[in-house]
Amino acid sequence: MKIKSYLSSEYIVERDQDRCIRCKVCVNQCTYETHYYDAEDDAVYSRDENCTNCQRCVVFCPTHAITVAKNPNAYRENVNWTYEAITAVKMQAETGGVILTGMGCDKPYLTYWDRLLLNASQVTNPSIDPLREPMEIRTYLGAKPDKLELEMVGEDIVLETMLAPQLSVETPILFSALSYGAISLNVHESLARAATEFGTLFNTGEGGLDPRLYKYGDHAIVQVASGRFGVHPDYLDIGAAIEIKIGQGAKPGIGGHLPGEKVSEDIARTRMIPIGTDALSPAPQHDIYSIEDLRQLIYALKEATDYTKPISVKIAAVHNSAAIASGMVRAGADIIALDGVRGATGAAPKVIRDNVGIPIELAIASVDQRLREEGIRNKASIIAAGGIKSSAEVVKAIALGADAVYIATAALVAMGCTVCQKCHIGKCPWGIATTDPWISKRVNPDIASKRLMNLLRTWSLEIKEMMGGMGINAVESLRGNRLHLRGVGLTDSELRILGVRMAGD
Amino acid sequence: MIELEDLCGVSNPHNDGKVIDACSLFGMMNLEGKRFSSRDPVRAISNMHERGNGLGGGFAVYGLYPGYKDEYALHVMYLSKEAKRKTDQLLNENFEIIHDEEVPTREANVWDPPLVWRYFVQPARTRLKAQKPDDYVIEKVMSINTETGKAFVFSSGKNMGVFKGVGFPEDIAEYFCLEEYEGYMWICHGRFPTNTPGWWGGAHPFNILDWTVVHNGELSSYGINRRYLEMYGYECTMQTDTEVLAYSFDLLMRRQGLPIEIVSRIIAPPFWDDIDALQPKKAELLRAIRQTYGSLLMNGPFSIIVAHHGEMIGLTDRIKLRPLIAGIRDNFLYISSEESAIHLVSPVLERAWNLSAGEPVVGRLVSQRVLEVPTVGVR
Repeated sequence: MKIKSYLSSEYIVERDQDRCIRCKVCVNQCTYETHYYDAEDDAVYSRDENCTNCQRCVVFCPTHAITVAKNPNAYRENVNWTYEAITAVKMQAETGGVILTGMGCDKPYLTYWDRLLLNASQVTNPSIDPLREPMEIRTYLGAKPDKLELEMVGEDIVLETMLAPQLSVETPILFSALSYGAISLNVHESLARAATEFGTLFNTGEGGLDPRLYKYGDHAIVQVASGRFGVHPDYLDIGAAIEIKIGQGAKPGIGGHLPGEKVSEDIARTRMIPIGTDALSPAPQHDIYSIEDLRQLIYALKEATDYTKPISVKIAAVHNSAAIASGMVRAGADIIALDGVRGATGAAPKVIRDNVGIPIELAIASVDQRLREEGIRNKASIIAAGGIKSSAEVVKAIALGADAVYIATAALVAMGCTVCQKCHIGKCPWGIATTDPWISKRVNPDIASKRLMNLLRTWSLEIKEMMGGMGINAVESLRGNRLHLRGVGLTDSELRILGVRMAGD
Repeated sequence: MIELEDLCGVSNPHNDGKVIDACSLFGMMNLEGKRFSSRDPVRAISNMHERGNGLGGGFAVYGLYPGYKDEYALHVMYLSKEAKRKTDQLLNENFEIIHDEEVPTREANVWDPPLVWRYFVQPARTRLKAQKPDDYVIEKVMSINTETGKAFVFSSGKNMGVFKGVGFPEDIAEYFCLEEYEGYMWICHGRFPTNTPGWWGGAHPFNILDWTVVHNGELSSYGINRRYLEMYGYECTMQTDTEVLAYSFDLLMRRQGLPIEIVSRIIAPPFWDDIDALQPKKAELLRAIRQTYGSLLMNGPFSIIVAHHGEMIGLTDRIKLRPLIAGIRDNFLYISSEESAIHLVSPVLERAWNLSAGEPVVGRLVSQRVLEVPTVGVR
């Protein structure tokens, strides 16, 4: 028995029929079949209920005839029973299923970036113009020793200490994990090419790396997650670093599920699973039930790669991240990747995405401080992730204590994504969160990698401008330098945890 | 009266995060170790009067107490009789006091001077146990400075001493009767603080054991320099840039035994592009230095003179945002904020040169090693 749906469409598509030239671009572009051409009327109409407001048709309509607007038809106003709350209950009642969503948490939990302001030099020290003077943002990620042992050989000072393997990035911005299968080969290639050309790194995510992209291996962090998809000796060897994925900011404590329809021939081969089978990532790594198990996996990977590359461990930022991170460093992690509550996903239960985890700002501050208190901050680098959306947020993250940041949503937005949150459907009209060969052609790696390069370039320039303003010409002098941050509108507890003083103080 | 219990409150009463000041520096060293009077150093630093504002001046003199060269010479400021009584008790319990006396002073144009006393001491054998004497002295100095209240040890080396206070350097010299003293190395400072009131302990030089730092500048990297040093047990109680410089030298040179050639590259490292262009071995060394000690890069304008027995080091930040000039005549090495001050005391020089950004000049006693400019240089 099919239940009649009581849900109304969230958006309405308005078409200026005077402008419409019946070119059917919208019909072809919308992968949700929102638009259709009626030959009898010689007119294009829309099925509002299909629209996700991804704006693909709006952007591509040659005569700007389309407007997508929020449906003004609303339930009676209620602070508690909002449109979202009522719709969720109705959906659950009609389907009996968990509500899935894509991208990151969209709830108005305090964004601490917006409560932190940066410093600048005035009078007593000069600001530095990055367009005319050197301004260094190159960053090395990996474990650093407490001190260097040197020896005099004749007139020369010779380095005795052998440093742990380091990753060199020309900007403290890396592309975060986006797994093959959740996104297409074209998107992976775009990220890989931009990272390679700019001198930073991309992260394969948990779905392996297509051998066609092995040539970008020097700029890849290859991920090993609970499903172990695509993990084999060549894959480990090809990467610049290996990342053990324990958790993800969008879905802490939850595994992953790539539906069989998305597992095409290429993806099946790369992930090493049969075509068309569901790819299930268990919630935990079943060989890691405790911290000593993590140590075993870290060292298994180090052994497998002859101690030539740093091992990163990625966790979702949760309540006791500081203690967990301390254990991870002691277990041998060279890099700690922290993913905050606003971190995105290709698919997650909405209730998890919107309610589990903590903001990345607080996680960076508490992890950095804890590692310093224990005297082990230099033993691992910190990469912060989770909804970072501007160069100012990068600067603030570094000043709080991160070595670098991961961006994924921002990278996808650069390629066209409008954060419509329907990645889990797998029919992304922008060709990003899909493996459908017809749709994924919409991402042209020549163009998309150029857009990503431009983003990295712009953010890097902006970071240099902000550093120069502070009178700092090397990013290591910004890292953990919380004196260059001041808080506005924060409580004493928030200021204490962030290790930041009130503006004006 | 100023309370000393909270040194940060004294040194930096507005809790500005760090003390900001601009200054004049002058250092003069006889490389053969021959002692000379205060005449030239005082004339030179006074010549740069305009660089200070009368809120701080000071001198460190090496080779000062040849009669007590094996004893730790503690110079202590007292703001009350009670503080002296408590400190005397602490010193008596922990040290053998060979000699003590009030530091002679005379009327001069200085502001609200405290009582200044000096002690020549040896650690009490019964108390020393396994500790190194130097570490023992540091511990006691820290405890007097933080616990007794209203007492402040501002000089604790052997055969050297610091004289400093609130006033122009020439007035401080007059007040402490510096014309009575001789030394083979004089480090001088005139100060222009922007956020500090007259607190005698806040004047430069800063000293611990026989290490002395005078500093002109503001470290934009102070926040992380400080947090890094805290990982190694240094508590930056006074919230001044100079304090993190002093502790960095202590950590790197005294505790880790790194040579100044390397320490200067930690504090004022070359740019990555310059490092990349070096031959691989040198590049690897400098890369490792920046990777390991990046948090001790002193970013922002500074020029410093660092001294300890037998060695005087001048250094500027990596893009030289503060002046520093060196000059040599006969067996004298001069380092100064302004060249005019050197010419005043030595109209003829064999050589005078502006220090390159991040390149140290190191003066060493001939008995140790000859004057040299380090060979690790890349610029």
